[in-house]
Amino acid sequence: MQTQEIQKISSQVRRDILRMVHGCQSGHPGGSLGCTDLLVDLFFSTMNLKTDAAGKVVFDMDGTNEDLFFLSNGHISPLIYSVLARRGYFPTAELATFRKIDTRLQGHPTPHEHLEGIRIASGSLGQGLSVAIGAAQAKKLNGDKSTVYCLMGDGEQNEGQVWEAAMYAPHHKVDNLIAFIDENGQQIDGPTEKVMSNRDLEAKYKAFGWNVMRMDGNNAEDIKNTLNKAKAELGKGSPIMIIMKTEMGAGVDFMMYSHKWHGVAPNDQQLQDALAQLEETLGDY
Amino acid sequence: MALFTYETKKDTRSGFGAGMEYLSQHNPKVVALCADLIGSLKLEGFIKNSPERFFQTGIAEANMIGISAGLTLGGFIPYATTFANFGTGRVYDQIRQSVAYSGKNVKICCSHAGLTLGEDGATHQILEDIGLMKMLPGMVVINPCDYNQTKAATIAIADYEGPVYLRFGRPVVPVFTPEDQKFEIGKALNLVEGTDVTILATGHLVWEAIQAAEALLEKGIKAEVINIHTIKPLDVQAILASVKKTGCVVTAEEHQYNGGLGDSVAQYLAMNHPTPMEFVGVNDSFGESGKPAELMEKYGLNAEAIVAKAIRVMARK
Ligand SMILES: Cc1ncc(C[n+]2csc(CCOP(=O)(O)OP(=O)(O)O)c2C)c(N)n1
Ligand SMILES: [Mg+2]
Repeated sequence: MQTQEIQKISSQVRRDILRMVHGCQSGHPGGSLGCTDLLVDLFFSTMNLKTDAAGKVVFDMDGTNEDLFFLSNGHISPLIYSVLARRGYFPTAELATFRKIDTRLQGHPTPHEHLEGIRIASGSLGQGLSVAIGAAQAKKLNGDKSTVYCLMGDGEQNEGQVWEAAMYAPHHKVDNLIAFIDENGQQIDGPTEKVMSNRDLEAKYKAFGWNVMRMDGNNAEDIKNTLNKAKAELGKGSPIMIIMKTEMGAGVDFMMYSHKWHGVAPNDQQLQDALAQLEETLGDY
Repeated sequence: MALFTYETKKDTRSGFGAGMEYLSQHNPKVVALCADLIGSLKLEGFIKNSPERFFQTGIAEANMIGISAGLTLGGFIPYATTFANFGTGRVYDQIRQSVAYSGKNVKICCSHAGLTLGEDGATHQILEDIGLMKMLPGMVVINPCDYNQTKAATIAIADYEGPVYLRFGRPVVPVFTPEDQKFEIGKALNLVEGTDVTILATGHLVWEAIQAAEALLEKGIKAEVINIHTIKPLDVQAILASVKKTGCVVTAEEHQYNGGLGDSVAQYLAMNHPTPMEFVGVNDSFGESGKPAELMEKYGLNAEAIVAKAIRVMARK
């Protein structure tokens, strides 16, 4: 898929995120907007997903012989919900139920309500990489050649379990895994440097035995090139970590360059101001 | 007829914040730790007054519990703070080994307990924390009912030597207990006198129990309402005295039946004074996203649910 087409979808997904969070007056727009470009590329272009004869995506929990994605920083749920709906896993109309009572679109993603596309609950940070590694090992045991993807936050790197997983994957040569860190430099209490410095994530993951790459997570071209490079490195004995620089709130000028919009919903006026910056390309839900 | 009135609604976590601000000025041994949730825990006042006694751990709750245990060795009184799920379930073994079993004077203080955190949903809505913490030998478990009581409890636990779990919440709820009350750990508070049924409530459900007592009174039923702010140690004397009078009991809590206040009361009464009993709580399910009041209704945790259980238990006398 051309990057122009991906950018079009991303614009719609960003609109969805803002409207969902506004609709229930809760949720996390900042990280969701920042990671939009990556997830749209993965689900619309890079990942090999199971489809029926008509080309429509079909979901089954095991996901054998297709690529899998695990969202570890579950608070950016509006993003994954929009991407899954836009990709055809469930009707986009369901996005309007986000975080409302009886919804399948829970505050944080869960398979508990049988939402197509979600294979593990996340929301309590630091657990997703372990699950993704396990799923990658299951693929190896099954002789399944597809790839497992996993996204984490940079604040999330504070969690000890992340580093248990970081140690495990190279040790067990889990080389069918591409993980990402959303390096937006922000977490709830402020800039990551001030709250709990990650120092040099690249050096840390390298020291743990990962094949580490960097990219601009808000540049569709760079995402595509880096993902192609990463895919060429699969199967060479090491898991791959892509540290992607993003801007929290990317795409909406007043939501960028701070942690203010980590978990705050826009009011009516702010929503209008934000939507005015994003073209409606596929029709709002 | 209103049995209790209130002027304002406030969140219990702000009561915690006010208690911490007080401690920053009055108890130089108190130190606070937080795992990237300063605003949610209302710690700004403490940090402003005593920045050198505050430790930001980042999103690393297990580490926070261990650091707290270590800090007690210099005579400090660490208050380890985060959301209830991440401060109990996530770090159960760290609390078990480094705090409870080691007998360390750590106060684990957690906001966003129960369903009423609302839209974040089940990953954050722990309904098992009272059970997890009360099972630990030597752990005190406190779930105050409003802003004033949470503030008082926050201050009082500094003077108690030993591990404490203090649980509070996110939504604004009526402030109906006295300002600057003295908080006595383990001392239940009789709020409404009655002879027909005993309602033992904790946390956010205390206000609902009072509303239930009003509704029952309109039906000619005199309910006794007791605020069990301390689940462990349980004030068995107060409970026994009341059920001997009323002959039946309903417990009410924002928690699973399993492991909650209800099963502590049931265990005590089964051994000492078997009494018909009904439970208001979550019956073996996870929570979900929604507005707090919607969730409390859906899961049967409001005044109406207490009324229904009271009527049912009275029929079993
Ligand atoms: C175990 C755990 N602790 C605390 C939280 C509360 N929390 C939710 S998001 C967040 C900050 C996450 O930072 P980061 O991973 O950088 O995500 P970003 O804010 O950049 O989207 C925190 C502390 C949580 N969800 N899980
Ligand atoms: Mg971040």
